[in-house]
Amino acid sequence: MAKLTLKERFKKSTSGSGESAKAGKFATSIFRPGSPFRKGYTDSPRNRSYVVMNNVLYHLHPVKVKRHGVRLSYTLCLGGMSFFLFIVLTITGIWLMFYFRPTEMAYADIQALQTSVAFGSLVRNMHRWGAHLMVLVVFLHMSRVFYHGAYKAPREFNWVIGVILLFLTLFLSFTGYLLPWDQLAIWAVTVGGNMASYTPVFGAQIKFGLFAGLEATTATLLRFYVLHVLFFPFIIVIFMAIHFWRVRKDGGISGPL
Amino acid sequence: MVDIPEHLLLRSAEARAKALGISVEQALSEMKGESTPTVVEEEPEVIEVELVTPPEAEVPAPVETPVVEEVKAEAPAPVETPVVEEVKAEAPAPVEVEAPAPTKAAAPAPAKADTPEEVEFAPEVKVTQRLLTVVKAKPIQKAASEPVDKVNTWPHLMLPEFISLMVMMAFLIILSAILQAPLLEEANPNITPNPAKAPWYFLGLQEALSYWDPQIAGVMIPLVIGLIGFAAIPYIDRNKENNPSKRKYAIMMYTFFLAGAGTLTIIGVLFRGPGWNWTYPWIDGIWFDDLLDWINFE
Ligand code: HEM
Repeated sequence: MAKLTLKERFKKSTSGSGESAKAGKFATSIFRPGSPFRKGYTDSPRNRSYVVMNNVLYHLHPVKVKRHGVRLSYTLCLGGMSFFLFIVLTITGIWLMFYFRPTEMAYADIQALQTSVAFGSLVRNMHRWGAHLMVLVVFLHMSRVFYHGAYKAPREFNWVIGVILLFLTLFLSFTGYLLPWDQLAIWAVTVGGNMASYTPVFGAQIKFGLFAGLEATTATLLRFYVLHVLFFPFIIVIFMAIHFWRVRKDGGISGPL
Repeated sequence: MVDIPEHLLLRSAEARAKALGISVEQALSEMKGESTPTVVEEEPEVIEVELVTPPEAEVPAPVETPVVEEVKAEAPAPVETPVVEEVKAEAPAPVEVEAPAPTKAAAPAPAKADTPEEVEFAPEVKVTQRLLTVVKAKPIQKAASEPVDKVNTWPHLMLPEFISLMVMMAFLIILSAILQAPLLEEANPNITPNPAKAPWYFLGLQEALSYWDPQIAGVMIPLVIGLIGFAAIPYIDRNKENNPSKRKYAIMMYTFFLAGAGTLTIIGVLFRGPGWNWTYPWIDGIWFDDLLDWINFE
Protein backbone atom coordinates (compact mmCIF):
# COMPACT_ATOMS: atom_id res chain seq x y z
CA MET A 1 0.00 0.00 0.00
CA ALA A 2 1.24 3.40 -0.95
CA LYS A 3 2.24 5.58 1.92
CA LEU A 4 -0.16 8.36 2.56
CA THR A 5 0.26 11.52 4.46
CA LEU A 6 -2.07 11.94 7.36
CA LYS A 7 -3.88 14.62 5.47
CA GLU A 8 -4.62 12.28 2.62
CA ARG A 9 -5.72 9.63 5.03
CA PHE A 10 -8.12 11.98 6.66
CA LYS A 11 -9.55 12.92 3.37
CA LYS A 12 -10.04 9.32 2.41
CA SER A 13 -11.69 8.24 5.60
CA THR A 14 -14.10 11.13 5.79
CA SER A 15 -15.41 10.94 2.27
CA GLY A 16 -16.00 7.22 2.46
CA SER A 17 -18.35 6.89 -0.47
CA GLY A 18 -15.86 8.45 -2.81
CA GLU A 19 -18.05 11.33 -3.85
CA SER A 20 -16.48 14.65 -4.45
CA ALA A 21 -16.87 17.02 -1.60
CA LYS A 22 -17.66 19.65 -4.16
CA ALA A 23 -21.24 18.44 -4.66
CA GLY A 24 -23.72 21.14 -3.85
CA LYS A 25 -24.55 21.63 -0.21
CA PHE A 26 -28.26 21.54 -0.95
CA ALA A 27 -28.22 18.25 -2.84
CA THR A 28 -25.91 16.83 -0.21
CA SER A 29 -28.40 17.74 2.48
CA ILE A 30 -31.09 15.70 0.76
CA PHE A 31 -29.20 12.65 -0.38
CA ARG A 32 -27.21 10.84 2.23
CA PRO A 33 -23.73 9.45 1.51
CA GLY A 34 -23.83 6.62 -0.97
CA SER A 35 -26.96 7.78 -2.72
CA PRO A 36 -26.74 7.32 -6.48
CA PHE A 37 -28.25 10.78 -6.78
CA ARG A 38 -25.17 12.34 -5.27
CA LYS A 39 -22.55 13.91 -7.43
CA GLY A 40 -19.61 11.66 -8.13
CA TYR A 41 -21.38 8.45 -7.21
CA THR A 42 -19.36 5.43 -8.13
CA ASP A 43 -20.55 1.87 -8.29
CA SER A 44 -18.73 -0.09 -5.61
CA PRO A 45 -19.77 -2.80 -3.17
CA ARG A 46 -19.51 -0.26 -0.41
CA ASN A 47 -21.77 2.21 -2.15
CA ARG A 48 -24.23 -0.51 -3.03
CA SER A 49 -24.59 -1.13 0.68
CA TYR A 50 -24.85 2.56 1.41
CA VAL A 51 -27.70 2.99 -1.05
CA VAL A 52 -29.86 0.88 1.20
CA MET A 53 -28.29 1.37 4.60
CA ASN A 54 -28.00 5.12 4.49
CA ASN A 55 -31.51 5.72 3.27
CA VAL A 56 -35.06 5.39 4.44
CA LEU A 57 -35.11 2.23 2.35
CA TYR A 58 -33.37 0.50 5.19
CA HIS A 59 -36.77 0.34 6.86
CA LEU A 60 -37.94 -1.97 4.12
CA HIS A 61 -34.95 -3.82 2.79
CA PRO A 62 -31.81 -5.32 4.26
CA VAL A 63 -28.49 -4.50 2.63
CA LYS A 64 -28.18 -7.95 1.21
CA VAL A 65 -30.67 -10.60 0.28
CA LYS A 66 -30.36 -14.25 -0.60
CA ARG A 67 -29.41 -14.76 -4.17
CA HIS A 68 -32.28 -17.09 -4.96
CA GLY A 69 -34.74 -14.66 -3.38
CA VAL A 70 -34.21 -12.03 -6.04
CA ARG A 71 -35.07 -14.43 -8.81
CA LEU A 72 -38.39 -13.29 -10.15
CA SER A 73 -39.44 -16.90 -10.51
CA TYR A 74 -39.32 -17.43 -6.74
CA THR A 75 -41.67 -14.80 -5.32
CA LEU A 76 -43.06 -13.67 -8.67
CA CYS A 77 -42.93 -10.35 -6.88
CA LEU A 78 -46.48 -11.05 -5.75
CA GLY A 79 -46.11 -9.72 -2.23
CA GLY A 80 -44.37 -6.63 -3.53
CA MET A 81 -47.10 -6.28 -6.14
CA SER A 82 -49.79 -6.41 -3.44
CA PHE A 83 -47.99 -3.59 -1.69
CA PHE A 84 -47.57 -1.54 -4.87
CA LEU A 85 -51.24 -1.96 -5.66
CA PHE A 86 -52.10 -0.79 -2.18
CA ILE A 87 -50.02 2.34 -2.74
CA VAL A 88 -51.63 2.98 -6.12
CA LEU A 89 -55.07 2.50 -4.57
CA THR A 90 -54.24 4.91 -1.80
CA ILE A 91 -53.13 7.59 -4.22
CA THR A 92 -56.05 7.20 -6.62
CA GLY A 93 -58.42 6.84 -3.68
CA ILE A 94 -57.34 10.11 -2.10
CA TRP A 95 -57.80 11.75 -5.46
CA LEU A 96 -61.32 10.32 -5.76
CA MET A 97 -62.20 11.66 -2.32
CA PHE A 98 -61.98 15.19 -3.68
CA TYR A 99 -65.03 14.54 -5.85
CA PHE A 100 -67.13 12.27 -3.74
CA ARG A 101 -69.70 12.81 -0.99
CA PRO A 102 -71.04 9.74 0.85
CA THR A 103 -74.61 11.03 0.81
CA GLU A 104 -77.58 11.02 -1.56
CA MET A 105 -75.20 12.89 -3.84
CA ALA A 106 -72.84 9.92 -4.15
CA TYR A 107 -74.24 8.61 -7.42
CA ALA A 108 -74.39 12.06 -8.99
CA ASP A 109 -70.81 12.68 -7.87
CA ILE A 110 -69.58 9.56 -9.61
CA GLN A 111 -71.45 10.52 -12.77
CA ALA A 112 -69.98 14.01 -12.66
CA LEU A 113 -66.55 12.55 -12.00
CA GLN A 114 -66.80 10.40 -15.10
CA THR A 115 -68.15 13.06 -17.39
CA SER A 116 -66.76 16.40 -16.28
CA VAL A 117 -63.53 15.85 -14.35
CA ALA A 118 -60.28 15.60 -16.26
CA PHE A 119 -59.07 12.01 -16.11
CA GLY A 120 -61.97 11.28 -13.78
CA SER A 121 -62.99 8.17 -15.62
CA LEU A 122 -59.43 6.88 -15.92
CA VAL A 123 -58.68 7.33 -12.24
CA ARG A 124 -61.94 5.75 -11.19
CA ASN A 125 -61.23 2.80 -13.47
CA MET A 126 -57.71 2.48 -12.08
CA HIS A 127 -59.06 2.46 -8.56
CA ARG A 128 -61.66 -0.12 -9.34
CA TRP A 129 -59.61 -2.51 -11.46
CA GLY A 130 -56.67 -2.02 -9.14
CA ALA A 131 -58.84 -3.12 -6.24
CA HIS A 132 -59.98 -6.25 -8.04
CA LEU A 133 -56.42 -6.92 -9.05
CA MET A 134 -55.21 -6.54 -5.49
CA VAL A 135 -57.64 -9.15 -4.20
CA LEU A 136 -56.42 -11.48 -6.91
CA VAL A 137 -52.74 -10.76 -6.36
CA VAL A 138 -52.96 -11.14 -2.59
CA PHE A 139 -54.66 -14.47 -3.13
CA LEU A 140 -51.99 -15.57 -5.57
CA HIS A 141 -49.32 -14.43 -3.13
CA MET A 142 -50.88 -16.60 -0.47
CA SER A 143 -50.90 -19.57 -2.83
CA ARG A 144 -47.28 -18.95 -3.75
CA VAL A 145 -46.38 -18.91 -0.08
CA PHE A 146 -48.30 -22.11 0.49
CA TYR A 147 -46.73 -24.03 -2.38
CA HIS A 148 -43.28 -23.03 -1.21
CA GLY A 149 -44.08 -24.18 2.30
CA ALA A 150 -42.92 -20.71 3.30
CA TYR A 151 -45.29 -20.65 6.28
CA LYS A 152 -43.19 -23.20 8.17
CA ALA A 153 -41.07 -22.36 11.18
CA PRO A 154 -40.02 -19.70 11.87
CA ARG A 155 -42.58 -18.04 9.62
CA GLU A 156 -45.78 -19.45 11.14
CA PHE A 157 -46.89 -16.22 12.64
CA ASN A 158 -46.24 -14.22 9.51
CA TRP A 159 -48.70 -16.49 7.77
CA VAL A 160 -51.26 -15.64 10.44
CA ILE A 161 -50.59 -11.94 9.84
CA GLY A 162 -51.00 -12.72 6.15
CA VAL A 163 -54.41 -14.29 6.66
CA ILE A 164 -55.46 -11.16 8.53
CA LEU A 165 -54.16 -9.09 5.62
CA LEU A 166 -56.18 -11.17 3.21
CA PHE A 167 -59.37 -10.56 5.16
CA LEU A 168 -58.59 -6.87 5.52
CA THR A 169 -58.08 -6.69 1.76
CA LEU A 170 -61.47 -8.33 1.23
CA PHE A 171 -63.13 -5.95 3.69
CA LEU A 172 -61.53 -2.96 2.00
CA SER A 173 -62.76 -4.12 -1.35
CA PHE A 174 -66.22 -4.94 -0.03
CA THR A 175 -66.75 -1.62 1.74
CA GLY A 176 -65.58 0.21 -1.37
CA TYR A 177 -68.04 -1.71 -3.47
CA LEU A 178 -71.02 0.19 -2.06
CA LEU A 179 -69.68 3.67 -2.64
CA PRO A 180 -70.75 4.28 -6.28
CA TRP A 181 -74.28 3.89 -4.96
CA ASP A 182 -75.70 2.26 -8.04
CA GLN A 183 -77.83 -0.84 -8.37
CA LEU A 184 -74.77 -3.08 -8.64
CA ALA A 185 -73.29 -1.63 -5.46
CA ILE A 186 -76.34 -1.71 -3.23
CA TRP A 187 -77.47 -5.20 -4.16
CA ALA A 188 -74.07 -6.82 -4.06
CA VAL A 189 -73.57 -5.39 -0.60
CA THR A 190 -77.07 -6.46 0.43
CA VAL A 191 -76.26 -10.01 -0.64
CA GLY A 192 -73.00 -9.85 1.30
CA GLY A 193 -74.73 -8.44 4.35
CA ASN A 194 -77.33 -11.17 4.22
CA MET A 195 -74.56 -13.76 4.30
CA ALA A 196 -73.20 -12.13 7.42
CA SER A 197 -76.68 -12.25 8.97
CA TYR A 198 -76.55 -16.04 8.91
CA THR A 199 -73.99 -15.94 11.67
CA PRO A 200 -75.29 -18.05 14.51
CA VAL A 201 -76.60 -16.22 17.58
CA PHE A 202 -75.76 -12.61 16.65
CA GLY A 203 -76.37 -12.66 12.93
CA ALA A 204 -79.01 -9.98 13.06
CA GLN A 205 -76.89 -7.73 15.26
CA ILE A 206 -73.90 -8.03 12.95
CA LYS A 207 -75.95 -7.03 9.96
CA PHE A 208 -77.56 -4.19 11.88
CA GLY A 209 -74.21 -2.88 13.01
CA LEU A 210 -72.72 -3.18 9.55
CA PHE A 211 -75.67 -1.57 7.75
CA ALA A 212 -76.52 0.99 10.42
CA GLY A 213 -80.10 -0.24 10.08
CA LEU A 214 -82.04 -3.10 8.66
CA GLU A 215 -81.13 -2.49 5.04
CA ALA A 216 -78.68 -0.55 2.91
CA THR A 217 -79.45 3.16 3.19
CA THR A 218 -77.40 6.32 3.02
CA ALA A 219 -76.52 5.67 6.65
CA THR A 220 -74.92 2.46 5.45
CA LEU A 221 -73.14 4.45 2.77
CA LEU A 222 -71.59 6.77 5.32
CA ARG A 223 -70.59 3.87 7.51
CA PHE A 224 -68.96 1.98 4.67
CA TYR A 225 -67.26 5.16 3.52
CA VAL A 226 -65.60 5.76 6.87
CA LEU A 227 -64.58 2.12 7.12
CA HIS A 228 -63.25 2.22 3.58
CA VAL A 229 -61.24 5.42 3.58
CA LEU A 230 -60.07 5.48 7.16
CA PHE A 231 -60.57 2.48 9.34
CA PHE A 232 -59.44 -0.43 7.18
CA PRO A 233 -56.54 1.42 5.51
CA PHE A 234 -55.29 2.37 8.96
CA ILE A 235 -55.49 -1.20 10.22
CA ILE A 236 -54.02 -2.76 7.11
CA VAL A 237 -51.01 -0.44 7.15
CA ILE A 238 -50.24 -1.52 10.69
CA PHE A 239 -50.48 -5.17 9.75
CA MET A 240 -48.40 -4.65 6.61
CA ALA A 241 -45.70 -3.04 8.71
CA ILE A 242 -45.65 -6.05 11.00
CA HIS A 243 -45.73 -8.37 7.99
CA PHE A 244 -42.69 -6.78 6.32
CA TRP A 245 -40.82 -6.57 9.58
CA ARG A 246 -41.43 -10.25 10.20
CA VAL A 247 -40.27 -11.19 6.71
CA ARG A 248 -36.88 -9.73 7.66
CA LYS A 249 -36.78 -10.97 11.22
CA ASP A 250 -37.67 -14.48 10.13
CA GLY A 251 -34.51 -14.54 8.07
CA GLY A 252 -35.64 -13.05 4.79
CA ILE A 253 -37.28 -14.96 2.01
CA SER A 254 -37.69 -18.67 2.64
CA GLY A 255 -36.14 -21.37 0.56
CA PRO A 256 -34.56 -22.33 -1.70
CA LEU A 257 -36.71 -25.38 -2.15
CA MET B 1 -13.26 17.81 3.99
CA VAL B 2 -15.40 17.32 7.04
CA ASP B 3 -14.71 19.64 9.92
CA ILE B 4 -13.31 17.73 12.83
CA PRO B 5 -14.18 19.11 16.25
CA GLU B 6 -11.19 20.76 17.87
CA HIS B 7 -11.17 18.62 20.99
CA LEU B 8 -11.08 15.41 18.98
CA LEU B 9 -8.28 16.76 16.87
CA LEU B 10 -6.40 17.67 20.00
CA ARG B 11 -6.90 14.28 21.50
CA SER B 12 -5.55 12.48 18.49
CA ALA B 13 -2.72 14.96 18.24
CA GLU B 14 -1.75 14.08 21.79
CA ALA B 15 -1.82 10.42 20.98
CA ARG B 16 0.27 10.99 17.93
CA ALA B 17 2.73 13.17 19.77
CA LYS B 18 3.16 10.46 22.35
CA ALA B 19 3.62 7.76 19.76
CA LEU B 20 6.18 9.65 17.73
CA GLY B 21 7.85 11.46 20.58
CA ILE B 22 7.19 14.93 19.24
CA SER B 23 5.45 17.89 20.77
CA VAL B 24 1.70 18.16 20.72
CA GLU B 25 1.82 21.48 18.85
CA GLN B 26 3.98 19.89 16.20
CA ALA B 27 1.59 16.96 15.80
CA LEU B 28 -1.38 19.26 15.63
CA SER B 29 0.08 21.39 12.93
CA GLU B 30 1.01 18.29 10.99
CA MET B 31 -2.50 16.99 11.18
CA LYS B 32 -3.87 20.25 9.99
CA GLY B 33 -1.47 20.00 7.12
CA GLU B 34 0.48 23.08 8.15
CA SER B 35 3.85 21.41 8.34
CA THR B 36 5.37 18.32 6.79
CA PRO B 37 4.62 15.18 8.73
CA THR B 38 7.38 13.40 10.64
CA VAL B 39 8.21 9.73 10.31
CA VAL B 40 4.98 8.46 8.92
CA GLU B 41 6.97 5.45 7.72
CA GLU B 42 6.85 3.94 11.16
CA GLU B 43 3.14 3.58 11.15
CA PRO B 44 2.79 0.42 9.10
CA GLU B 45 4.80 -1.34 11.77
CA VAL B 46 1.88 -1.12 14.08
CA ILE B 47 0.00 -3.33 11.71
CA GLU B 48 2.80 -5.84 11.66
CA VAL B 49 2.49 -6.22 15.39
CA GLU B 50 -0.86 -7.82 14.97
CA LEU B 51 0.57 -10.27 12.51
CA VAL B 52 3.33 -11.24 14.89
CA THR B 53 1.10 -11.77 17.86
CA PRO B 54 -0.55 -15.13 17.17
CA PRO B 55 2.62 -17.23 16.98
CA GLU B 56 3.94 -15.44 20.03
CA ALA B 57 0.96 -16.35 22.05
CA GLU B 58 1.95 -19.97 22.00
CA VAL B 59 5.61 -19.50 22.78
CA PRO B 60 5.79 -18.24 26.34
CA ALA B 61 4.17 -21.31 27.77
CA PRO B 62 7.00 -22.26 30.17
CA VAL B 63 6.40 -19.25 32.35
CA GLU B 64 2.89 -20.13 33.14
CA THR B 65 3.20 -23.65 34.55
CA PRO B 66 0.85 -26.63 34.11
CA VAL B 67 -2.40 -24.75 33.58
CA VAL B 68 -1.18 -23.47 30.27
CA GLU B 69 -0.48 -27.02 29.25
CA GLU B 70 -4.19 -27.53 29.27
CA VAL B 71 -4.69 -24.82 26.79
CA LYS B 72 -1.96 -26.22 24.69
CA ALA B 73 -3.55 -29.62 24.78
CA GLU B 74 -6.51 -28.17 23.10
CA ALA B 75 -4.63 -26.23 20.53
CA PRO B 76 -4.36 -29.16 18.09
CA ALA B 77 -8.09 -28.92 17.52
CA PRO B 78 -8.41 -25.26 16.84
CA VAL B 79 -11.41 -25.73 14.62
CA GLU B 80 -13.80 -26.45 17.44
CA THR B 81 -12.10 -24.46 20.16
CA PRO B 82 -12.23 -20.74 20.29
CA VAL B 83 -9.06 -20.88 22.37
CA VAL B 84 -8.08 -17.99 20.20
CA GLU B 85 -9.85 -15.97 22.86
CA GLU B 86 -6.52 -15.86 24.58
CA VAL B 87 -4.80 -14.29 21.67
CA LYS B 88 -7.55 -11.78 21.49
CA ALA B 89 -7.12 -10.83 25.07
CA GLU B 90 -3.64 -9.89 23.99
CA ALA B 91 -4.52 -7.80 21.04
CA PRO B 92 -5.59 -4.61 22.77
CA ALA B 93 -2.09 -4.03 24.02
CA PRO B 94 0.08 -5.04 21.11
CA VAL B 95 2.61 -2.32 21.78
CA GLU B 96 3.87 -4.09 24.83
CA VAL B 97 4.82 -7.10 22.82
CA GLU B 98 7.10 -5.11 20.63
CA ALA B 99 8.65 -2.62 22.94
CA PRO B 100 10.50 -4.03 25.90
CA ALA B 101 11.01 -0.49 27.15
CA PRO B 102 11.98 -0.35 30.83
CA THR B 103 8.94 1.69 31.75
CA LYS B 104 6.63 -1.01 30.64
CA ALA B 105 8.39 -3.81 32.41
CA ALA B 106 6.12 -3.22 35.34
CA ALA B 107 3.16 -4.57 33.49
CA PRO B 108 3.95 -8.29 33.66
CA ALA B 109 4.65 -8.09 37.37
CA PRO B 110 1.24 -9.15 38.64
CA ALA B 111 1.38 -12.23 36.48
CA LYS B 112 4.72 -13.12 38.03
CA ALA B 113 3.40 -12.56 41.49
CA ASP B 114 1.14 -15.57 41.47
CA THR B 115 3.58 -17.82 39.68
CA PRO B 116 6.30 -19.42 41.81
CA GLU B 117 10.06 -19.97 41.24
CA GLU B 118 9.72 -21.38 37.76
CA VAL B 119 9.88 -17.87 36.49
CA GLU B 120 13.66 -18.17 36.60
CA PHE B 121 13.42 -20.88 33.99
CA ALA B 122 13.48 -18.40 31.16
CA PRO B 123 14.01 -14.97 32.55
CA GLU B 124 14.44 -13.41 29.14
CA VAL B 125 10.91 -14.32 28.17
CA LYS B 126 8.60 -11.48 28.93
CA VAL B 127 5.22 -12.59 30.21
CA THR B 128 2.76 -11.33 27.74
CA GLN B 129 -0.20 -13.49 28.55
CA ARG B 130 -2.11 -14.89 31.41
CA LEU B 131 -4.53 -17.73 31.57
CA LEU B 132 -7.96 -16.21 31.94
CA THR B 133 -10.10 -19.22 31.39
CA VAL B 134 -10.09 -22.59 29.77
CA VAL B 135 -12.64 -22.81 27.06
CA LYS B 136 -14.28 -26.18 26.64
CA ALA B 137 -13.91 -27.98 23.38
CA LYS B 138 -17.54 -27.31 22.59
CA PRO B 139 -18.09 -23.95 20.99
CA ILE B 140 -20.01 -21.55 23.19
CA GLN B 141 -21.42 -19.85 20.18
CA LYS B 142 -22.76 -22.02 17.45
CA ALA B 143 -23.37 -20.62 14.03
CA ALA B 144 -27.16 -20.90 13.63
CA SER B 145 -27.10 -21.39 9.92
CA GLU B 146 -24.81 -22.06 7.06
CA PRO B 147 -23.44 -19.01 5.33
CA VAL B 148 -25.75 -18.18 2.47
CA ASP B 149 -25.11 -16.81 -0.94
CA LYS B 150 -26.25 -13.20 -0.84
CA VAL B 151 -26.37 -10.34 -3.25
CA ASN B 152 -26.72 -6.62 -2.76
CA THR B 153 -30.29 -5.43 -2.51
CA TRP B 154 -29.28 -2.52 -4.65
CA PRO B 155 -29.38 -3.13 -7.55
CA HIS B 156 -30.23 -6.82 -7.66
CA LEU B 157 -33.54 -6.68 -5.82
CA MET B 158 -34.60 -3.09 -6.25
CA LEU B 159 -34.22 -3.01 -9.99
CA PRO B 160 -36.55 -5.99 -10.60
CA GLU B 161 -38.94 -4.47 -8.09
CA PHE B 162 -38.91 -1.19 -9.92
CA ILE B 163 -39.47 -2.92 -13.23
CA SER B 164 -42.41 -4.92 -11.83
CA LEU B 165 -43.89 -1.69 -10.52
CA MET B 166 -43.59 -0.10 -13.94
CA VAL B 167 -45.06 -3.13 -15.71
CA MET B 168 -47.93 -3.29 -13.26
CA MET B 169 -48.65 0.43 -13.64
CA ALA B 170 -48.56 0.16 -17.40
CA PHE B 171 -50.92 -2.80 -17.29
CA LEU B 172 -53.32 -1.03 -14.94
CA ILE B 173 -53.37 2.18 -16.93
CA ILE B 174 -53.93 0.41 -20.24
CA LEU B 175 -56.63 -1.76 -18.70
CA SER B 176 -58.34 1.29 -17.22
CA ALA B 177 -58.18 3.11 -20.52
CA ILE B 178 -59.91 0.37 -22.48
CA LEU B 179 -62.21 -1.15 -19.88
CA GLN B 180 -64.87 1.07 -18.36
CA ALA B 181 -65.87 0.33 -14.75
CA PRO B 182 -69.61 -0.33 -14.48
CA LEU B 183 -72.04 2.28 -13.25
CA LEU B 184 -75.65 1.12 -13.40
CA GLU B 185 -78.75 3.11 -12.50
CA GLU B 186 -78.83 4.84 -9.15
CA ALA B 187 -79.37 2.60 -6.14
CA ASN B 188 -83.04 1.78 -5.58
CA PRO B 189 -83.97 -0.42 -2.64
CA ASN B 190 -87.35 -1.12 -4.20
CA ILE B 191 -86.07 -2.75 -7.37
CA THR B 192 -84.20 -6.00 -6.76
CA PRO B 193 -82.16 -7.08 -9.75
CA ASN B 194 -82.46 -10.70 -10.73
CA PRO B 195 -80.05 -12.25 -10.07
CA ALA B 196 -78.47 -10.18 -7.33
CA LYS B 197 -74.83 -11.17 -7.20
CA ALA B 198 -72.20 -10.45 -4.54
CA PRO B 199 -68.73 -9.16 -5.50
CA TRP B 200 -66.90 -11.84 -7.43
CA TYR B 201 -64.64 -12.92 -4.56
CA PHE B 202 -67.78 -13.82 -2.59
CA LEU B 203 -69.52 -15.53 -5.49
CA GLY B 204 -68.10 -18.93 -4.69
CA LEU B 205 -69.60 -18.49 -1.26
CA GLN B 206 -72.91 -17.36 -2.68
CA GLU B 207 -72.89 -20.41 -4.90
CA ALA B 208 -72.20 -22.64 -1.90
CA LEU B 209 -75.06 -20.91 -0.06
CA SER B 210 -77.43 -22.14 -2.72
CA TYR B 211 -76.59 -25.76 -1.90
CA TRP B 212 -76.28 -25.89 1.84
CA ASP B 213 -77.94 -24.54 4.87
CA PRO B 214 -76.93 -20.87 5.03
CA GLN B 215 -75.62 -21.25 8.56
CA ILE B 216 -73.08 -23.71 7.28
CA ALA B 217 -72.24 -22.15 3.98
CA GLY B 218 -72.54 -18.52 4.95
CA VAL B 219 -70.72 -18.58 8.22
CA MET B 220 -68.99 -21.84 8.90
CA ILE B 221 -67.12 -21.83 5.60
CA PRO B 222 -65.78 -18.26 5.65
CA LEU B 223 -65.25 -18.04 9.37
CA VAL B 224 -64.16 -21.49 10.42
CA ILE B 225 -62.43 -22.64 7.26
CA GLY B 226 -61.50 -19.24 5.96
CA LEU B 227 -60.22 -17.35 8.92
CA ILE B 228 -59.47 -19.83 11.67
CA GLY B 229 -58.63 -22.80 9.50
CA PHE B 230 -56.30 -20.86 7.25
CA ALA B 231 -54.59 -19.08 10.08
CA ALA B 232 -54.00 -22.44 11.76
CA ILE B 233 -52.34 -24.09 8.76
CA PRO B 234 -48.75 -23.61 9.99
CA TYR B 235 -49.69 -25.06 13.34
CA ILE B 236 -51.47 -28.05 11.87
CA ASP B 237 -48.89 -28.90 9.22
CA ARG B 238 -45.86 -29.74 11.39
CA ASN B 239 -43.96 -31.33 8.54
CA LYS B 240 -40.66 -29.45 8.37
CA GLU B 241 -39.91 -30.19 4.73
CA ASN B 242 -40.51 -27.59 2.11
CA ASN B 243 -39.56 -29.70 -0.83
CA PRO B 244 -42.77 -30.30 -2.82
CA SER B 245 -42.10 -34.00 -3.21
CA LYS B 246 -42.01 -34.41 0.57
CA ARG B 247 -45.25 -32.61 1.30
CA LYS B 248 -47.57 -34.13 -1.21
CA TYR B 249 -50.49 -34.32 1.17
CA ALA B 250 -50.43 -30.62 2.03
CA ILE B 251 -50.09 -29.66 -1.61
CA MET B 252 -52.93 -31.95 -2.53
CA MET B 253 -55.21 -30.44 0.10
CA TYR B 254 -54.47 -26.89 -0.95
CA THR B 255 -54.91 -27.73 -4.60
CA PHE B 256 -58.28 -29.30 -3.78
CA PHE B 257 -59.24 -26.12 -2.00
CA LEU B 258 -58.13 -23.97 -4.93
CA ALA B 259 -59.96 -26.15 -7.41
CA GLY B 260 -63.12 -26.17 -5.29
CA ALA B 261 -63.14 -22.45 -4.62
CA GLY B 262 -62.25 -21.73 -8.23
CA THR B 263 -65.02 -23.96 -9.57
CA LEU B 264 -67.66 -22.48 -7.28
CA THR B 265 -66.57 -18.96 -8.17
CA ILE B 266 -66.59 -19.63 -11.90
CA ILE B 267 -70.04 -21.20 -11.64
CA GLY B 268 -71.27 -18.23 -9.64
CA VAL B 269 -69.82 -15.75 -12.10
CA LEU B 270 -70.63 -17.35 -15.42
CA PHE B 271 -73.26 -20.04 -15.00
CA ARG B 272 -75.88 -18.43 -12.82
CA GLY B 273 -78.71 -16.35 -14.20
CA PRO B 274 -82.12 -15.12 -13.04
CA GLY B 275 -83.47 -16.99 -10.06
CA TRP B 276 -79.96 -18.40 -9.53
CA ASN B 277 -80.80 -20.93 -12.22
CA TRP B 278 -78.14 -22.63 -14.23
CA THR B 279 -77.37 -20.80 -17.48
CA TYR B 280 -74.83 -21.32 -20.18
CA PRO B 281 -72.86 -18.17 -20.88
CA TRP B 282 -72.63 -18.93 -24.60
CA ILE B 283 -76.39 -19.59 -24.92
CA ASP B 284 -78.15 -17.45 -22.35
CA GLY B 285 -75.57 -14.75 -21.77
CA ILE B 286 -73.61 -13.70 -18.72
CA TRP B 287 -74.98 -12.06 -15.61
CA PHE B 288 -71.93 -10.42 -14.20
CA ASP B 289 -72.18 -6.67 -14.06
CA ASP B 290 -68.65 -6.16 -12.75
CA LEU B 291 -67.38 -6.83 -16.24
CA LEU B 292 -70.30 -5.23 -18.03
CA ASP B 293 -68.10 -3.33 -20.42
CA TRP B 294 -66.11 -6.42 -21.24
CA ILE B 295 -69.19 -8.55 -21.80
CA ASN B 296 -70.54 -5.97 -24.24
CA PHE B 297 -67.13 -5.31 -25.77
CA GLU B 298 -67.81 -4.70 -29.45
C1 HEM C 1 -52.01 -6.99 1.74
C2 HEM C 1 -51.55 -8.14 1.53
C3 HEM C 1 -50.11 -8.59 1.55
C4 HEM C 1 -48.96 -7.90 1.28
C5 HEM C 1 -48.83 -6.44 0.85
C6 HEM C 1 -47.86 -8.83 1.45
C7 HEM C 1 -46.53 -8.53 1.22
C8 HEM C 1 -45.50 -9.44 1.31
C9 HEM C 1 -44.16 -9.23 0.81
C10 HEM C 1 -43.67 -7.96 0.11
C11 HEM C 1 -43.44 -10.35 1.08
C12 HEM C 1 -41.99 -10.61 0.67
C13 HEM C 1 -41.88 -11.80 -0.26
C14 HEM C 1 -42.74 -11.81 -1.48
O1 HEM C 1 -42.84 -10.78 -2.16
O2 HEM C 1 -43.34 -12.86 -1.75
C15 HEM C 1 -44.31 -11.25 1.79
C16 HEM C 1 -43.95 -12.50 2.26
C17 HEM C 1 -44.79 -13.36 2.93
N1 HEM C 1 -46.16 -13.27 3.01
FE1 HEM C 1 -47.24 -11.65 2.44
N2 HEM C 1 -48.36 -10.05 1.85
C18 HEM C 1 -49.72 -9.94 1.91
C19 HEM C 1 -50.60 -10.94 2.21
C20 HEM C 1 -50.23 -12.20 2.66
C21 HEM C 1 -51.13 -13.30 2.86
C22 HEM C 1 -52.63 -13.27 2.55
C23 HEM C 1 -50.38 -14.34 3.33
C24 HEM C 1 -50.81 -15.74 3.73
C25 HEM C 1 -51.90 -16.07 4.23
C26 HEM C 1 -49.01 -13.89 3.44
C27 HEM C 1 -47.96 -14.63 3.94
C28 HEM C 1 -46.63 -14.34 3.72
C29 HEM C 1 -45.52 -15.16 4.16
C30 HEM C 1 -45.61 -16.43 4.99
C31 HEM C 1 -44.37 -14.55 3.66
C32 HEM C 1 -42.93 -15.06 3.77
C33 HEM C 1 -42.67 -15.77 2.46
C34 HEM C 1 -41.27 -16.26 2.29
O3 HEM C 1 -40.44 -16.08 3.19
O4 HEM C 1 -41.01 -16.85 1.22
N3 HEM C 1 -48.95 -12.59 3.01
N4 HEM C 1 -45.56 -10.68 1.90
